[in-house]
Amino acid sequence: MAVEAGPNPVQPRSELLERVWTERRGVFGWLTTTDHKRIGILYFVTTILFFAAGGVEAVLMRTQLAKPEGTVLSPEAYDQVFTMHGITMIFFFVIPMTTGAFGNYLLPLMIGARDMAFPRMNALSYWIFLGSGLFVYTSLVIGKAPNAGWFDYVPLGNKTYSPGPNIDFYALGLLFNGISTLLAVINFIVTMFKLRAPGMSLNRMPLFCYAFLAVSFALVFALPPLNTALVFLELDRRIGTHFYDAAQGGDPVLWQHLFWLFGHPEVYIIVLPAFGIATAIIPTFAKRHMVAFPLVALSEVLVAFLGFGVWVHHMFAVGLPTVTTIYFAAASLIIVIPSAVQIFAWITTLVMGRPEFKTPLLFIIGFILWFILGGLSGIMFAAIPFDQQTTDTYFVVAHFHFIIFGAAVFPILGGIYFWFPKLTGRMYHERWGQVSFWVTLVGTGLTFFPMHIVGLLGMPRRQYTYAPDRGWTGLNLLETVGSYILTAGLLIMAANLIWSRFRGPASGPDPFRGDTLEWSIPSPPPAYNFVVIPTVSSAYANWDTEDRAQDVRRAQRGEGLLAAGHETPASTPMDGRFDELLQMPSNSPWPPLLALTLLLVFVFLLTGHVATAIVCGGAAAAVLGAWHWREPEGAA
Amino acid sequence: MRRRALRAGLLLTALTTLAGCNNSQSVLSPRSEPARDISTLWWWMLLAATIVFVGSLSFIVLAFVLRRRRGAPVIGEREGTLNLVVILFGIAIPLVAVIAVFAVANFVVVASTDARPDRPRDVTVKVVGRQWWWEIDYPGTSAVTANEMHIPVRTHVDVQVRSADVIHSFWVPRLNRKIDLIPGEHNHVGIYADRPGRYEGQCAEYCGLQHANMRLYVIAEPMSRYRAWLRREAAPAAAPTGATAQRGERLFLRNACASCHQIRGTSADGRVGPDLTHLAERSSLAALTISNTPSNLARWVRNPQHIKPGNRMPGLHLGDRDFTDIVTYLRGLR
Repeated sequence: MAVEAGPNPVQPRSELLERVWTERRGVFGWLTTTDHKRIGILYFVTTILFFAAGGVEAVLMRTQLAKPEGTVLSPEAYDQVFTMHGITMIFFFVIPMTTGAFGNYLLPLMIGARDMAFPRMNALSYWIFLGSGLFVYTSLVIGKAPNAGWFDYVPLGNKTYSPGPNIDFYALGLLFNGISTLLAVINFIVTMFKLRAPGMSLNRMPLFCYAFLAVSFALVFALPPLNTALVFLELDRRIGTHFYDAAQGGDPVLWQHLFWLFGHPEVYIIVLPAFGIATAIIPTFAKRHMVAFPLVALSEVLVAFLGFGVWVHHMFAVGLPTVTTIYFAAASLIIVIPSAVQIFAWITTLVMGRPEFKTPLLFIIGFILWFILGGLSGIMFAAIPFDQQTTDTYFVVAHFHFIIFGAAVFPILGGIYFWFPKLTGRMYHERWGQVSFWVTLVGTGLTFFPMHIVGLLGMPRRQYTYAPDRGWTGLNLLETVGSYILTAGLLIMAANLIWSRFRGPASGPDPFRGDTLEWSIPSPPPAYNFVVIPTVSSAYANWDTEDRAQDVRRAQRGEGLLAAGHETPASTPMDGRFDELLQMPSNSPWPPLLALTLLLVFVFLLTGHVATAIVCGGAAAAVLGAWHWREPEGAA
Repeated sequence: MRRRALRAGLLLTALTTLAGCNNSQSVLSPRSEPARDISTLWWWMLLAATIVFVGSLSFIVLAFVLRRRRGAPVIGEREGTLNLVVILFGIAIPLVAVIAVFAVANFVVVASTDARPDRPRDVTVKVVGRQWWWEIDYPGTSAVTANEMHIPVRTHVDVQVRSADVIHSFWVPRLNRKIDLIPGEHNHVGIYADRPGRYEGQCAEYCGLQHANMRLYVIAEPMSRYRAWLRREAAPAAAPTGATAQRGERLFLRNACASCHQIRGTSADGRVGPDLTHLAERSSLAALTISNTPSNLARWVRNPQHIKPGNRMPGLHLGDRDFTDIVTYLRGLR
C-alpha cells in the first residue's frame, strides 16, 4: 500500500524544489512550458477536440446512410467527411492521445523521472502537432478537405483526378504531423532507456512502458515509408514526376506498398498503447501481479515487430501472385499468437485475482471482448479467398472499428477514468461512470456489429448512398441508431468528468491502490514529480511498501533531493544503475516559435509560393539556431 | 459439412427475407463453386470464432463470479505457475486453429477461386472500368456494351479486367471473389454461374464521387440464348424509322453526344461514354443508377447531373422537342 508523503516532514524540502521547478501561470506559462505533465494536458485537450470533430463526422455519415438515398450530405461532402474522419481519428486523435497525452503525462511518473529526456523537444512536438491539426482542418473550413480516403490511392489522388488543393492538404499535413510524432517517440525511447529511477532495470519496467517503447520503435520505422510515399505524391502532383503514373513507367501499386508498409504497423501502433493501458489497469483492480509478465512484455514487442511483415494483406485483391499473398497470410496469422498470449494473460490475471469491477476495469473488460471479436474477424482476412470476397465491404469496416474503437478507444476511455484522479486530485462519479460504460458498450455493439452482416450482404465501403431495394436498409438504420447511443454514452462520460473536475470529492494520492510509481505522489503531482527520486526493486514499485517508506525517510533527511537546478538522475539503459546527474532545460519560447515558422513553410508550400516557403525555412533555421545559442538556463 | 453450411445459409436467408432483404449481391447466397467454397469457409470460420468468443466470455464471467471468494485479497500476490495456462490458451490452441484456417483457406479454397491460366475458359469477356461505369467487350466479335454483361450459364468465363482511369474493383459476389482493375495491370478473374439469373455486382474500390453508383449486372442465360444475344449485340444499329427518330438521330450526330458515345453503323464513334448501339436492350441506365424506362431516359438525357452528380456527361442546352426526338431515337436502338 502506498505511503502518503505527508506534507509536514518534507515541507521545507519540497518548497525548495517548488521554487526550482514551478513554471509561470497564465497563457505565457502554457505557451513556454516544458513540463511533461502540462504538455500532456495540452495534448489531451487538443486531441479530445479532434475526437469530437471526428465524432461529428462519423455521426454525419451515419445520418446520411440511415436511409437509402439520404440527402444530409452531397456526394462531395460525404467523400470529404469520410476521409477526414479516418485522418482525424488516426493521426489527430488515437496516436496523439496515446503517445502525446498518456505517454507524456504518465511515462516519467511511472519510471520515477522528473521530466522527459528532451523537455523542449517535447514542447516542440506538441506545437507542431497543433499546427498540423489546424493546417489540415483549414481544408474542411474552406470546403476543400482531402476526399480520396485516408489511404489516398493513386491515381485517384493524382493531379488528373484530384486537381484541387484537397490532396495537397493531406500530403503536406501528414508530412508536417509526422515530424511531431517522430520527435515525440524519439523522446520516449531515450527517456525510457536513460531516465528510469535507480533500481528499475529493464525487467522491472512496468508493462505500460513496454507497450510505449514498442510503439515508439514501431513509429520510428513506420513513418519513413509514409513520408516517402507522400513526398513522391507531392512531386507527382507539383512538378510532374511519374512515380505513380503507369502510362509513364510508374506504378500505382508502389503507393499501396509504401502506404501499407506504414499503414499496417500503424494498426498495432494504435492498439499497443491500449494494451499498455489495459496492463496498467488490470493488476490494480485484480489486486495481483500480471500473470506471465515476461511473456506479455515479449508479446508487446513481438506484435510491434511482426506488424512490419504483414502489409500485403491489405492488397489481396490487387492481383499479386498467389505465392506472395500466401506468405503475407502466414505472417498475418503468426501475429495471432502474441495477441492471444496477452488476452489470456489479462483474463487469467482477472480469474486468479479478486477483481473490483469499477468503471476503468469495466472499460478494459469491454476492450477485451471487442478485441477478441475484432481479432477473430481479423483472422478471417488471412483466409485469402474470404479476404478477396469481403475486402472493401462493410465487413472490413466492422472488423477494424472493433479493433480501433473497441480495442483502442475503450482502453483510452478506461484510462481517462483511471488517471482522472491523478490528473485532477478529484474522483469521478462511479455510478454515472458505470452508466456511461454500459451505454457506450451497447452503442458500440449496435453501431458496428450489423456492419458485418451488411458487408456479407454485399454492401461496399465508402459509398455515399444506396438504393432502397438492396436489402441493406434495416441494418443501416440500426447502425445509425447505435451511433446515436454511442454518442450519448460518450457525452455522459464527458459530463461526469467535467462535473467531477469541479465538484468531485478529493481522491488522495492513491484511490485505487495502484501498483506503479505515479500513485506514490500527490494528486495532482507537483511540478517536480518526486521529492526524492525513488529507488525501485520490482515492476510493482508502489506495492513495495518498504521501498516507499524509505523514500519518505530520505526526503525527511533531505537526502538525494537534487534541488540545485532542474536536476534528474540518468541511469544505465539495461540495469537501471545510477549513471550521472542531468541538468534539464527549463521553459522556453523557442519551441512554439519554431513550430510557427514550420507551419508557415507548409502553408506556403501548399499555396505554391516556394520562394516564400524557403524564406520561412530560413527563419525556422534561425529560430533553431537561437534556441541552441545558449546552454539551457541553470545548466551546470 | 455441406449440410450444416446449407442449414445455416437457409437460416440466414430466412432472417434476411424477414428483414426485407434481397440477396442479389450477397456473399452468402453463392451461385458458383468458388463462391460456394468461400461461403462454406465463412460458416466454418464463424462456428470456430463463436466457440472462441463464447469460451473467452465464460472466463470473464468466471472472474466475475469468483470476485468475492473467501480469503482476504493479498495485494501483489505472485503468479505461481500460471505461465502454463497462458501458453495453453495463448499459444497452443490458437496455433492449431490458425494452421487449420491457413491450410484450408489458402491451399484448398484458393485453388477454386484463383483464375489460374492452366484452367480452360470457354468464353472470354473484357471489362474496362471507367469513372463511373463498366465497358464490356466480347473479344473476337464487334459486340460492345456497358454495365450489363451477358454470359452463358454453366460455363467457365474468363473476365479480363483493365482500368481506363483510376483503380476500380470488379466484384460479383455470388459468382466469385473480387479483382482490382489497376492502370497498367492486366488482371483477370474466372466467373461461373450454376443457373440462369441476373446477378448484381458493384465497384468495390473507392474510385471517386460516384463510386456508389458504379454497379453492373451479370446476366447468365442458356448458351443458345447467349449466342443469339451476342449476335444481336455485335450487329450495327438499325436505321431509325419514323420522322421523329430520324430527326433525333440527326440531332444526336450533330451535337456533343456523338463525340462521347459510339453507335455502331453511324458516324458516332466517341469512346468516352458507353456504347449506345443497342441501348434500348439494356434494363438500366448510368451503371444501374436508374432503370431504363422512357421517362427515366428522358430525365437522364435532359439533366444527367441531377441524377448522378459529378458524372462525366454534361447537360445539353437543347429545346424540349429536340430532347424528345433524341429520346425517341435512343428508345429505338434495339
